[in-house]
Amino acid sequence: MKILVIAETNGQQISEKTLPAIAFAQQVAPEEFHILAIGHGLQGVENLAGYGAQSLWLTDDPILARPLAERYAPVVTHAVQQLSADFVVATTSTFSRDVLARVAGLLDAPMLSDIIAFMPQNGRYLVKRPVYSANLIGTFEAEGTPLVLTVRGPAWGKPNPVDSRSPVQTLTLPTGIPTRSEWVRLQGSAGGRPDLTQARVVVSGGRPLKDPETFEKYIGGLADVLGGAVGATRAAVDAGIAPNELQVGQTGKTVAPELYIAVAISGSVQHLAGMKDSKVIVAINIDPEAPIFQVADYGLVADLYEVVPQLIEELKQARGDA
Amino acid sequence: MKILVTVKRVPDPYAKVVPNTAGTDIAREGLQWAINPFDEIALEEAIRIKEAGKANEIVAVSIGGDECQEQLRTALAMGADRAVLIQITEWLDPTSIAHVLTRIYQREQPQLILMGKQAIDTDDNQVGQMLAALLDLPQATFASKIHIENGTATVERETDAGIETIRVPLPAIITADLRLNQPRYVALTGIVRARSKPLEVLPLAELGIAPQVRVRLLAVERPPARQAGKRVADVRELVRLLKEEARVI
Ligand SMILES: Cc1cc2nc3c(=O)[nH]c(=O)nc-3n(C[C@H](O)[C@H](O)[C@H](O)COP(=O)(O)OP(=O)(O)OC[C@H]3O[C@@H](n4cnc5c(N)ncnc54)[C@H](O)[C@@H]3O)c2cc1C
Ligand SMILES: Nc1ncnc2c1ncn2[C@@H]1O[C@H](COP(=O)(O)O)[C@@H](O)[C@H]1O
Repeated sequence: MKILVIAETNGQQISEKTLPAIAFAQQVAPEEFHILAIGHGLQGVENLAGYGAQSLWLTDDPILARPLAERYAPVVTHAVQQLSADFVVATTSTFSRDVLARVAGLLDAPMLSDIIAFMPQNGRYLVKRPVYSANLIGTFEAEGTPLVLTVRGPAWGKPNPVDSRSPVQTLTLPTGIPTRSEWVRLQGSAGGRPDLTQARVVVSGGRPLKDPETFEKYIGGLADVLGGAVGATRAAVDAGIAPNELQVGQTGKTVAPELYIAVAISGSVQHLAGMKDSKVIVAINIDPEAPIFQVADYGLVADLYEVVPQLIEELKQARGDA
Repeated sequence: MKILVTVKRVPDPYAKVVPNTAGTDIAREGLQWAINPFDEIALEEAIRIKEAGKANEIVAVSIGGDECQEQLRTALAMGADRAVLIQITEWLDPTSIAHVLTRIYQREQPQLILMGKQAIDTDDNQVGQMLAALLDLPQATFASKIHIENGTATVERETDAGIETIRVPLPAIITADLRLNQPRYVALTGIVRARSKPLEVLPLAELGIAPQVRVRLLAVERPPARQAGKRVADVRELVRLLKEEARVI
């Protein structure tokens, strides 16, 4: 079995979101896996070299400076064919959903998204993945290779470092890449905090946080004393209180930090779908009946405006004591 | 301009979905069904494009059993002009659905295909991108804003990094994210008018395609339930427990 891991990039920079896909490859095909990184003048390629990949392939070209699926998918397809890879794998994200499903179309290959378990069985593959907003886990059987997979980050974790370095090799750009789609701009809020999907601590806020300033003061403030990332519900994003890339849930990001603090979040199934695998969940909600308490390890029934400032203070002191 | 919109029948997003007794699929008895919410958004967008005078026909297509006529009628009531049901008797995987849709594309020759980004039953998020690849069309996935002018769609996309804007020439495939619009309620007049709109039912065999299914659902189970933990009295107790018991701070 030969795996080709597609590195998550924005065309300029390798993202650490690639790591769970490498962890998957280490577990499933330790004997031979490759990594492909696509972009132009990519930064951080060397960060992928210490995990035991047979080779680290790089396709660099000005037309790949931005992650357009129409351009990236044929590069991936070309690599799959060159390497005779059995599995094409990336960590679940908007990047991989966009690019890899197009790869599956180009290869006319079966695909399974966001998988949490993988068991080969005489030329067939049993795969588990969340379905119905992660209310249920489905077991699927896939046949034939190449097989395209995206893997759910929290389920696969981080790869083990190895002593050797993977050689970096150039994979030339195939001819005839369509350039009809054109990248215009990206408006992100980024801003200093850790990546939501990678953070050890996530503090999320819901609809009652009123406006962006209030959200930033309470949710951002609490996240900052914990060195954490900030998340939000869809209701908060829809109300313009938080930027859309902070949305956690079925249609947002999946997170599984060590500590998830849900502030004024009711706990809809769609929100739970994105965070219920967190190690420790804290809920702060004024309503003792809020469904979020059914999944919380620690529940505090209180008004956020009263207790979040106290919590920030306590944590500052606790940090001082330590 | 003609717009093709895909419509999948799925359990109501707020319904409680549980495994059947054999654990081979979900229990279907008593379930409410609906248009996949993302498809409803795609359809709403198509209707707005038509209302803006930039399209003259909207065709809704669904692949499934006869029961999907219900969702297609709703689509007609919302504002689609015509509907096509591709009747299937066996479950198809996303690659097969994409193959079937290529035939509809060839038949209808739309300039724009609007789809949901993901079906909320199996949450694949694949068919739009696969179809774009099979038809060699540009794609703009996870759209939160669409502007069409002079045969080009400028699309704002919801990505993990923020709102990305891309431009694609038509024909193209655009998949809808939640914030694209708020679908309208179906008016009674729409329901009445929908009765006289054409709904064509085509058995799969008539499309001259026999898709090869390579992914099958074998079982569904509930994920391990999370136990509700304890209530804490105040902030001080919370911080103490996070420190001493959970050891996460
Ligand atoms: C197809 C689909 C996909 C969806 N995807 C997502 C998704 O990915 N992510 C997501 O989050 N949602 C998603 N949703 C929306 C979801 O169903 C809920 O509407 C949403 O999660 C609710 O957000 P909320 O908890 O902020 O708001 P609410 O449900 O309004 O809850 C607010 C909570 O705050 C509490 N509260 C009020 N005031 C205070 C106070 N002063 N102090 C403390 N607590 C207070 C209330 O008791 C309440 O429990 C989706 C919906 C659909 C249909
Ligand atoms: N059986 C179907 N009939 C019509 N459209 C479908 C069907 N299956 C998938 N689609 C479309 O493809 C989109 C993505 O679905 P999926 O890739 O299955 O998550 C959906 O939002 C629908 O628009």
